[in-house]
Parts: sequence; structure tokens; C-alpha cells
Amino acid sequence: MSKMRYSRRTLLKTGAAAAASTLAAPMVWAQEIKDITLRQFGTGVSNLNDVATKVKEDLGFNLEMTALDSDSVTQRAATQPDSFDIADIEYWICKKVWPTGNLQAMDASKIANYDNIAGTFRSGKLTPESVIAQGTAPHTVGFVEGPGSTKFATDESGWMTLIPTIYNADTLGIRPDLINRPIDSWAELLNPEFKGKASILDISSIGIMDMAMVCEAMGEIQYGDKGNMTKDEIDKTFAIFTAAKQNGQFRAFWKSFDESVNLMASGEVVIQSMWSPAITAVKSRGVPCVYQPLKEGYRSWGGGLGLSASLSGMELEAAYEYINWYLSGWVGGYLMRQGYYSAVPETSKEFMTENEWGYWYEGKAATGVITSPTGDQLAVAGDVRDGGSFTDRMGAVACWNSVMDENQYMVRKWNEFIAA
Amino acid sequence: MRKPRDFIAYLQAAPLMAVLLAFLIAPIFMIVVVSFWGATEFSIYPAFQFDNYAFLFGSPVTYKVFFATFKYAIITWAFTLAIGFTVAYFLAFHVRTQAMQTALFLLCTIPFLTSNIIRMISWIPFLGRNGIANQALISWGVIDEPLEWLLYSDFSVILAFVHLYTLFMVVPIFNTMMRIDKSFIEAAYDNGATGLQTLWHVIVPLTKPGIMIGTIFVVTLVMGDFITVRFMSGSQKANVGRLISNDISLLQYPSAAATAVVLLCTVLIVIGLLLRFVNIRKEL
Repeated sequence: MSKMRYSRRTLLKTGAAAAASTLAAPMVWAQEIKDITLRQFGTGVSNLNDVATKVKEDLGFNLEMTALDSDSVTQRAATQPDSFDIADIEYWICKKVWPTGNLQAMDASKIANYDNIAGTFRSGKLTPESVIAQGTAPHTVGFVEGPGSTKFATDESGWMTLIPTIYNADTLGIRPDLINRPIDSWAELLNPEFKGKASILDISSIGIMDMAMVCEAMGEIQYGDKGNMTKDEIDKTFAIFTAAKQNGQFRAFWKSFDESVNLMASGEVVIQSMWSPAITAVKSRGVPCVYQPLKEGYRSWGGGLGLSASLSGMELEAAYEYINWYLSGWVGGYLMRQGYYSAVPETSKEFMTENEWGYWYEGKAATGVITSPTGDQLAVAGDVRDGGSFTDRMGAVACWNSVMDENQYMVRKWNEFIAA
Repeated sequence: MRKPRDFIAYLQAAPLMAVLLAFLIAPIFMIVVVSFWGATEFSIYPAFQFDNYAFLFGSPVTYKVFFATFKYAIITWAFTLAIGFTVAYFLAFHVRTQAMQTALFLLCTIPFLTSNIIRMISWIPFLGRNGIANQALISWGVIDEPLEWLLYSDFSVILAFVHLYTLFMVVPIFNTMMRIDKSFIEAAYDNGATGLQTLWHVIVPLTKPGIMIGTIFVVTLVMGDFITVRFMSGSQKANVGRLISNDISLLQYPSAAATAVVLLCTVLIVIGLLLRFVNIRKEL
């Protein structure tokens, strides 16, 4: 069944992409655009209803958002290609989903801000001196060889798989009031001091990376590439974590954002893998919580918008308009005020106050109150962002979320770990 | 005369048959078929291979998880039976008026008017480290340190199961108890049986069909559950349902299907064994 669809999809996609490049439709007609509805789905982080409202206001067409967890997103992108127009997925998901042919490559020349997209997503280097981190670095799956190709290109080929939208550097979240001492290493997650008060996320592809950061920091395992482990490395990693689990190190594992917030805010857990907005959510309940920078560096992730292979004609043009609008600054400003980074940071500057830009991007002390996009107070004058500036944080990425060659083996071991 | 009557009978049974075919037999058949298929990371392909079963039976995790599933089922069954039987006994034999019986019975069902997810999750803040249970125990001076095992443990999982499924035991047992002819009990007393003897030799044997129906409900519900185990154990424990749901979320449909087939067979065997003890149809 899937093989049949594979070839049909490939044909369709080639056809659609060819049509799109030859018929250079200049502008979409204003009155017709009102009837267009683009269906976008993705993880909760960027599927915001505020964005849909603003799209309607600025561009005139409708955007329908569906938010799902990472596993469901992968599942949907891989198995239900006709259920969406725009997929808001992470780069490691892209590596998994692209070979199904359910997405079509984008013509970089139609992206107005292409040259301003952060280097991380194009050459892989944030600054010319940057070292490329391990794992599925976005630039390695960011381009394909041409329209219709299912092979990732090694350079900036002009055909993008995803247009990067947001990304961030993840680390451990801690409760400073319940720990009362400085934490500076990933190894602390398995420190017996926090027995029964630690947690890790139960999403295998991300959890394994956090585990690897911990094992490496403990000096137990030296990985060739954390993002692409050998079976032996996978076995060793799980052996360490299974032993810790059986010793009662973990209070719980979490799978969804709100679970991580509740675990931390209720004091069930004092140290755990966490995502940036979850820290914000804990803080906005008046509970102290720090997104602790660690000496080994960050585990990073990036997301982007991909176009469904079945998009064509007017809808495809609308999708390009949407992407150009997405990179033009308003969304970036919105997301940066949540603690993420936008793919084209410069354009967001006009949509943020100087105080906000200084706090979120430049790592400067806030000169006034910092509020989230929904109005909750996050910081007062004098506070500095955990981890500092954009280049400090994104420059210290140790690995990217990834899918390994031994993924199926890893997934089975993960299942065993949960059952252990 | 026989032929047309047979035909009409088949015709009368046809709608139900069609529904069962479409929504029960066909999906199960599909699951069995898919359990022999192969999977790559992002797709499944038709095949006839025993890889999924080989892996399933070759992994020590499978046995451990099936053992955990049975453990949850048996412990939950014992508690729901004890509580369910007591509640039903009280309703059937101690409450005199029928109006009061109905009122109390409805009272039992009130918690079931809310979603079972809500009922389950409301245990979490109650049992947590800084939850109401621990705070109360500490302020009473019963304990000095919060009890860690109250939440995210086998205890909390079984507590939630018992809370969720006891009614499924109460209803059928109450129902059979109401049909017991009161003169049997009078006869037992007249013959000098003690209360306990009457309970054990008269009431329990006559309530067996109800106990059996309740048992089937509870055992199948607990064995097929995955969400209670996930939430109440904080993903720390696993049963077969969680194994299946993990596989599904990782796009390993054939492997999930194989596990489902094995689970289905196990549950059917359990029910088959239960039905050997009591012939429900004969005794109803």
C-alpha cells in the first residue's frame, strides 16, 4: 500500500513543483484569497491562535491550526498527507518524514528574507568560527537536491525542505529554592542527592539525547556522535539509566508540556529535562524556576514549516506569502518574547521594545518589567536571561535533536527502559 | 413451514450481524493481518513474516509487562470484589425499602457522571508529595516525612483502578442478589445456620453469576487499560496497553498489532477459564 502511494506521491509532487516554478503567478487576487484556508499542524510551541488571527488581518486568508505532540506530528506527516497543507515540524522529524514524499521542496528564491536566515540553518555555522554540533543539525536536512528529490543536499541547493521558524537551546530546569546550591553539569540529573526528585521526558528521540548528555558529563561514556549512536553506545546509555530508574532516581517521566509544568510547580521534581516555555509557566505561578545553563552545553532543536506535496496553484502561492510574512518579524517578536528565537532575528527587532530585545536577544539586564505575550510578568528590571545572549546560548549547542540510523533499535530499548 | 421461519430469523439477526461484522470482526481481522506486516521508520509494508511475534516472544520485557498486567488485574479484582460485594450486600439485604435502595444505588453512580480521566487525575494533587494526604498525615503527627509511595507507584495505579472500576462489580452483584428468593435465607436461619454460614452457603453460590459478570468487566477493563497506568505511575510502570500505545506513537503499527493480538488471545483465554467455573447463561 505504502509503496504504491510512494510512487504516486513522487509523481504528483514533481508535477506540482514543476507547475509552480513555470507558472510564476505574480500576485494572488485579493478577493479570491479570502476563500483560501491553509491547514497547518504542528507541536504546541508555534501553533498559536494569535498567529492565525494576525494572518487573517495582514494577509486576508484563513489559517487553521492543530496542535499535537511530537510523536503525533510525525505520525500525521508520515501517514496522512492529505490532512494538512503546512506542516510545522522539527528538523529531526523532517529527516524521518521527507522520504515518504509527503512534502514538497521550496524554492529559496521566492523567500524574501532567505539571505538573512541565521547561518545555523544554511551553512550550519552560527558565526564563521562555530563548530557544528552533533546530531541532526538543521542544515544537514534543510536542503534537497532539487524539486521532487528525496535526497538531502550537502550544500545550499536553493531547494529547502523546511523554512526555519523557531528554535531554541534546551537544558535542565531546576528549582533553586529546593536545591540551594549551584548546578553546573548535566551529570547532576543522576546525582543520588536528588533521588526520587528527578524526571526525564518520555519522548524517545529527545529523551535519548538528554540521557547522552548526562552519561557523557558523568564521564561514563565517550560517544562518537551522540546524534547517531552505535548499538553498543545505546546499550550502555540505557544500562546506566535503567539502573538509576530501579534505584528510584526518577519521580515520574513526562510526555506533555503541562505534565512537566505540574511536576516542577508542585515540588514533586526539583531537576528535570524541560522546555523553555514550561519554565515560564512555572515562574508565572510565582514558583522560582531556573533554566540552568550547564558547562557541557545545550541540547538544541529547530522547527520549520514544510509544504504538503499536494499544495498547488493559488494555495501554494498563499503558502509562500504566509512563509514570507512569517519571517518578516511579527511572529518572530511574539515567539522571542516567549523565550524562543526566530530564524531571522533582525526582522523581529522592530516588533519588540528595546528593553525586550536587550533582555531576550542580547542577554542584557532588563531595564523594566518583562512580560510574556499573554501579559504575565516574567522578569523585573535588573534580571538577566538564564544563559545570556543569543550567541552565548546558540553558540554553546552540544547536540541537536536527531534520528539515528539505529532508531528502531533505540525505540525498542526505550520501551524496555519504560517497562523496566 | 421450517424454511421461511429460518429465513425470517436470519433476517432479524442480520442488522446486528452486519454491525458486528463491520465494527468488530473486520477491525480484528485487519489487526491480525497487519501484525504480520513489516515496518520501516515511517511506513508499513504488506508482508507475511513472523518478525513481530519473534521479537515479542523473544524479549524478556514482554513477559515482565504481561506479568505486571496480570498483577494489576488480580489485585484490582480482589479489591473491587471485596468492596463491590459488601456494597451490594448492604444495598440488597440491609436497606429495607425499595425507594431507599434505588436512592443509594444512584448515589453510587454519581461519581461516574464525570469523565474517568478527571476522576483519575484528581488523585494526583491529592496523593502528591505536598498533596492533601501527606499534609494531613504530617499535621496529625502520623508521619514526619511525606510518603513517597502514595503517588507514581503501583499503589496509586491500583488505587485508581479500584476507584474507577468498583461500580462494575457492584451493579451485576446487586442485580443477582435482588433476585435471590428471601425465603431461602429464612429457611437457612430456620435450620439454625449462622449469619456467616448463610452468607457462604446460600448467598455466595447464588450470586456467582453476578460475581462472574463483574469479574469479566473488571479484568478486561484493567487488562486493556493504558492511560491509568501512564498517569498514575508517572510513566514509570508499564502494562501491555502501554507497550501498544508506545509502539503506535512511534509508528510501529505491525508490532503494536502483534502485541494486541497476543493480548486479545490472553484475555479470551482468561474469560474462557472464568466461564468454565460458572455457566452464566444457565444461572441467570
